[in-house]
Amino acid sequence: MITTDNLTKKFSTILAVDRLTLDIQEGEVFGFLGPNGAGKTTTVRMLTSLIGPTSGTAVVNGFAIGKDDTNIRRSVGILTETPGMYDNLSADYNLRIYASLYEVKDPKGQVEKYLRMLGLWERRFDEAGTFSKGMKQKLALARVLLHEPRILFLDEPTAGLDPEAAHLVRDFIAELRKEGRTIFLCTHNLDEADRLCDRIAVFKTRLLVIDTPDKLRSQLFGHKVVFHLKAADENLATAVRALPFVKESKVIDNKLLVTLQDDPETRNPDIIRTLVGAGADIQFVGELRHSLEDVYLELVKNA
Amino acid sequence: MDKIKTIIRKEWAEVFKNRMVLFTVAFLPLILTAIPIGILITMGGTGDLNGAASAMPEQFNSFCPANLSGGDCFQAYMVSQFMIMFMILPLAIPATIASYSIVGEKTTRSLEPLLATPITTAELLVGKSLAAAIPAIIATYAAFAIFAISAFIIVPNKLLLSALLDARWLLAVIVVGPLMALLAVNISIMVSSRVNDPRVAEQISMVVLLPVLAVFFGQLAGLFVINRQFIIISAVVLAIIDIVLVYLAVRMFQREAILTRWK
Repeated sequence: MITTDNLTKKFSTILAVDRLTLDIQEGEVFGFLGPNGAGKTTTVRMLTSLIGPTSGTAVVNGFAIGKDDTNIRRSVGILTETPGMYDNLSADYNLRIYASLYEVKDPKGQVEKYLRMLGLWERRFDEAGTFSKGMKQKLALARVLLHEPRILFLDEPTAGLDPEAAHLVRDFIAELRKEGRTIFLCTHNLDEADRLCDRIAVFKTRLLVIDTPDKLRSQLFGHKVVFHLKAADENLATAVRALPFVKESKVIDNKLLVTLQDDPETRNPDIIRTLVGAGADIQFVGELRHSLEDVYLELVKNA
Repeated sequence: MDKIKTIIRKEWAEVFKNRMVLFTVAFLPLILTAIPIGILITMGGTGDLNGAASAMPEQFNSFCPANLSGGDCFQAYMVSQFMIMFMILPLAIPATIASYSIVGEKTTRSLEPLLATPITTAELLVGKSLAAAIPAIIATYAAFAIFAISAFIIVPNKLLLSALLDARWLLAVIVVGPLMALLAVNISIMVSSRVNDPRVAEQISMVVLLPVLAVFFGQLAGLFVINRQFIIISAVVLAIIDIVLVYLAVRMFQREAILTRWK
C-alpha cells in the first residue's frame, strides 16, 4: 500500500529524512515513532504529496509521488498535528468545504454520517471555535474520513487530549483498523502505539528499527519471567541456568528472575519442572514485560 | 471551477465576520463617494464662479467643453480632484481581505489540511485572489455608479455632467480599478507570507496606496492633471507590474514554500 525506496529530504543543509525504505501492507496499522525533530512530519508530508522528496521514490496506493500527486491526495486522508479548523465557521460548514474539495459524491450524507458517528451532530451548527480540544480533534477526524480514504496518516491524534477524549479517539482508530484501513500513525504516546500498531518503526532522521512491538522487546531485552517462590536460593538459580535456552537466572528476595531467548509460553513448563525437581515451592509465575517506552529510549539513546 | 467557488465562498464566510473587513468594504466606499457628491451639492448653489476659472491650472481649462461656464468648469475641476479617491477602493479592500484571509490561515494552521486536498495551488491562489478582488471591484463600480446617478440627479447642466463623467474616469474605474485590485492582492500575498499578524500585514500592504495618494496631492498642488493619456499609461504600467507580481506570487504560493518557509 505504501512503499518507499531511499526516500530522502534535505532542506538547504539540513538532512531531515535520510534514505527511508519502508513497505507497509494493506490493512496494517503502522506506528512511526521518533523524538521531536526526527523528520516524522516531513516523512508524512512527502508521502501525502504535500512536499516533494530530494531523492528516492515512494508509491502510495499505486500512485508515485512527484507524478500522481493529485491522485495521492485524493486517495489518502491526513490528520495534521493541529486540527486547523475554521473557528468562525460551523462544524457542518467546515466539513462541507472539505467534502467539496475532496469531490465527495454525497457531501450532505457523508457529513451527517461522520458527525453522528463522532457524536458531534447536535453541535453541527455551532462554530468550531467554541469546541473543546477533544471535539475539534474529532471534527478533524471526521474531515479526514469524508472521502472514505483507504489510507490514513494520523499525526499525533491524541496529543493534548484529556484521558477520556484520548480513549475515545483511540477506540475510533481501532474501529478504523477493523474496517481494514491502512493507518500510518505518528505518535509520542508509546502505550497507544503498543496497543494499536501491528508494527512500529523508530525513526531519527534515518530508520533505526522496524518490527512488531513484541519482537522489538525480545530483541533488545529478551524475555524475562519471574517465579515467585516460597523460598529461593542460589541452588535453584544454578539448576535453571543449566537449561540451554536460559540466558540468565538470578535470585531477588524470594523471586527467581529468569531471562530467556525464546517465547516464555513454550519454555515455562520446562523451567517449572526443573524447579519442582530441585525442591522449589512455586507460588506464582509472571512475565516481566518491558514497555515500548523502554524499547524506544534504548533505541534512540544509541542512535 | 467548483473548488475555486468553494474557496471564494469559504473566504467570504470567514472574512466578512471581521468588523475591520466589513467596515472597509461597506463604509469606505460610502465615505469616498460622499465627498464628490458633497462637493456637487455644496457648489451647485454658489452662483456665478466665473472669476474662479483663473485659479485653475491651464491644462484643466482644456478639459472643459467650450460652452461650459467658468463656474461649472471650476465645479468639474474640484470634483475631479476627489475622483481619484475611487482608486483607493480597489487597493484598500483587497489588501484588507487578503491580509486577514492569508495570515488568518497561517495563525490557525488551516493551510496544511487545505493543501492536503486535491486542490491545486493555482486553484487555491485564484480562489483567494478572486475572493479579495471581487468585493473591491464591485464596491468600486457600485461607488462610481452611485456617484454617477447622484450627479445625474444633482447636476442639471448636461455639459457639466459629461465633463464630470468623462471617459478617463470610466476608463480608470472599469480598467485600472481591476488592475489595481490585482496589484493589491499580490502584494498582500507576498507580505502575508512573512508576517503573522493580519493587522501588520494589512498595514504593510497599504503601502500600495502611496502612489495613488501621491497622484492625489500632485493634482491638488497643480503639478499635473489626470487626463486620458495619464490613465492609459497607468493601465499599461499596472498591467506590466501585475504580470511580474503574479509570477512572484505564484512562486511564493507553492505547497512546500507555504509549509516550510511561511512562518
